[in-house]
Amino acid sequence: MEIFQQILFVAALAATAWFITKRIQLISRAIKLGRPENRFDHPDERLKTMLLVAFGQKKMFTNLLVGSMHFVIYAGFIIINLEILEIILDGILGTHRLFAPYITPIYPILIDVFEVLAFGVLAVCVVFLCRRFIARVSRLQAERHRELRGWPISDATLILTAEIFLMIAFLTWNASDSVLRDRGVGHYGELQGIVPDFLVSQYLKPLFLTFSDMALVAYERTAWWLHILGILAFAIYVTYSKHLHIALGFPNVYFSDLQPKGEMQNMPEITKEVQLALGLPVTTDGSQVNDNGEQPVEVGRFGAKDVQDLKWINLMNAYSCTECGRCTAACPANITGKKLSPRKIMMDTRDRLEEIQRGWQTHGNEYKDDKSLLNDYITAEELNACTTCQACINACPININPLDIILQLRRYRVMEESQAPASWNAMFSNIENNMAPWKFSPSDRFNWADQVNDAK
Amino acid sequence: MTQEVKTYTVPTMANMAASGEEPEILFWVGCAGSFDDRYKRVTIAFVRILNHVGIKFAVLGPEEACTGDPARRAGNEFLFQMQAMSNIQVLNGYNVKKIVTACPHCFNTLKNEYPELGGNYEVIHHSQFLQGLINEGRVRVKDGQSFKGRRITFHDSCYLGRANKVYEAPRDVLAALDADLVEMKRVRANGLCCGAGGGQYFKEPEPGKKDVNVERVEEALGTGADTIAVACPFCMTMMSDGVKNKNREDSVRVYDISELIAQGQGL
Ligand code: SF4
Ligand code: SF4
Repeated sequence: MEIFQQILFVAALAATAWFITKRIQLISRAIKLGRPENRFDHPDERLKTMLLVAFGQKKMFTNLLVGSMHFVIYAGFIIINLEILEIILDGILGTHRLFAPYITPIYPILIDVFEVLAFGVLAVCVVFLCRRFIARVSRLQAERHRELRGWPISDATLILTAEIFLMIAFLTWNASDSVLRDRGVGHYGELQGIVPDFLVSQYLKPLFLTFSDMALVAYERTAWWLHILGILAFAIYVTYSKHLHIALGFPNVYFSDLQPKGEMQNMPEITKEVQLALGLPVTTDGSQVNDNGEQPVEVGRFGAKDVQDLKWINLMNAYSCTECGRCTAACPANITGKKLSPRKIMMDTRDRLEEIQRGWQTHGNEYKDDKSLLNDYITAEELNACTTCQACINACPININPLDIILQLRRYRVMEESQAPASWNAMFSNIENNMAPWKFSPSDRFNWADQVNDAK
Repeated sequence: MTQEVKTYTVPTMANMAASGEEPEILFWVGCAGSFDDRYKRVTIAFVRILNHVGIKFAVLGPEEACTGDPARRAGNEFLFQMQAMSNIQVLNGYNVKKIVTACPHCFNTLKNEYPELGGNYEVIHHSQFLQGLINEGRVRVKDGQSFKGRRITFHDSCYLGRANKVYEAPRDVLAALDADLVEMKRVRANGLCCGAGGGQYFKEPEPGKKDVNVERVEEALGTGADTIAVACPFCMTMMSDGVKNKNREDSVRVYDISELIAQGQGL
């Protein structure tokens, strides 16, 4: 019986590892669709940013209450991994609480900490569900934000509910285990005097006192299996969900923009053309430098029409987005009822990538469809509404830059498709002909100086 | 008794170069500062302050051209770089080292975006420049000027604040006025855009519930301020239009910080 469980367990573990590896390969292949961009400079500053913003959750704490609640889930997630290590080893070796006899004095302290965290996670997940469905926090409502309709809301609800069940499984498992130990049943009894009652689960013991020994063992086994299988399933599920941020959030912050937020990236391929047009010496060959800082690669389109015209960091941003909507809640265009939502820009980019992934899976890796991010996902109306105010970048807890994607799509529309709104075209020609965005004669530019000595 | 007659001068780079001189700073006026009737008054106020403190400055005058900011942000990179490179040729030709400008968009572009195209200058915004003058005691608002008891609220411009983290300089300048500085709900890094950036100023807004400047002005009026201070030509227009939209133009005024300082100095 024991060996049967062990075999089953190892099989489950191997299957999970296989699935996750496949998913990682697929996702990294999708991210590599993006254009090269060097984000390996200034390692010290990057590390510091990652420690502060990702590990330290600095930007989450701009809202102290939500920040603290998220921190409980985050800390719980990281620390409970220690417990999972024991569970996995128990599962493989067919042991029971493997670590307990070796670290007897600190074992109960550890488990107490896990239990408190588990209870904390449970409580926070309940509060988060209430925020969504009872307090109806505006940025999380599908009625107000069309990008949340359907799957995104289910995804969020599913994961919160799953976490609640995982934590209940963990706590009741400990409680039933304690009762079995008290009764001296089988190997459970061997831990008498080594493993005491734990901080939270002791209060759940009365639930199990009426159970027969057999029923109790059955419950203990079921809870144990549910807990660990739940965790393995969670690990696979995460790769399909906005919860991928628990892994990608860290590299995403490490590789985030270091330049001032107002700086828009230069296009070297255009510099060359302009230098030629102005009769200046050409200082750039217009090629882009790849991540090793060497080999020049081919110049693509001016601006971006689809995901492969974006940079790899834009695509990593899309997979990292937590769909929290802080960007959208800060966006002046969205606040005043325009169609633009920076969260939707990120979700569209990811949806487009996943569509391409599905294409690869059904038609092979060379498959291309005739859709594109621009128009099929993101419309001109959304793009044109952006004031480039950078509030979205500032608000994002993991340093995602939706504005960068918006700007690259605008570039494509203006430079490749000549599709700017008419009044922008007028502004462009004014700058070209009058050196100012308005239709004034350049020779009048200095007329204001005639008035410096006029009375106020 | 003779009335002191003040005369202000506006030297150009071309004149200075002709007489073999180099100014301490170049005042980059910007398109709005040159052509917009309302913002010309800001340019003039700032020039009067420069004259008053006796700093050796110059402007490009007719040689100045749009930095290209609205073109770049609307997506026309080609036009932006044309503007940038011709401007850089002019600036480098005059050996310009230090630039001050009253426009956060010019400020951001000259400071952050020109270096990659060969234009390297020390660029400061006029709020930082005024802050320096106040700290050095070169500008002191006279006691008993008209600011006591007035409520002023400051609207952060995106390209000064979030883009370049200049939050305190304009507030320090306003603090020198001895007025009552009241803050809006969304300030500094969380400040709400006036709605004009990214080329929006040059076209109709997309359909929505309301215009961004109206939302922002409602917030400003909510503080009970009678003066909305700005530090950007686009914010100036957007806030003024918002005040009009709310029919408050009789009781609420929009001023650039340099105008308030000039007023405080009696310039
Ligand atoms: S930069 Fe554009 S998308 Fe981002 S908050 Fe501002 S208006 Fe919205
Ligand atoms: S881009 Fe950032 S702020 Fe916006 S939804 Fe995604 S994670 Fe949240």
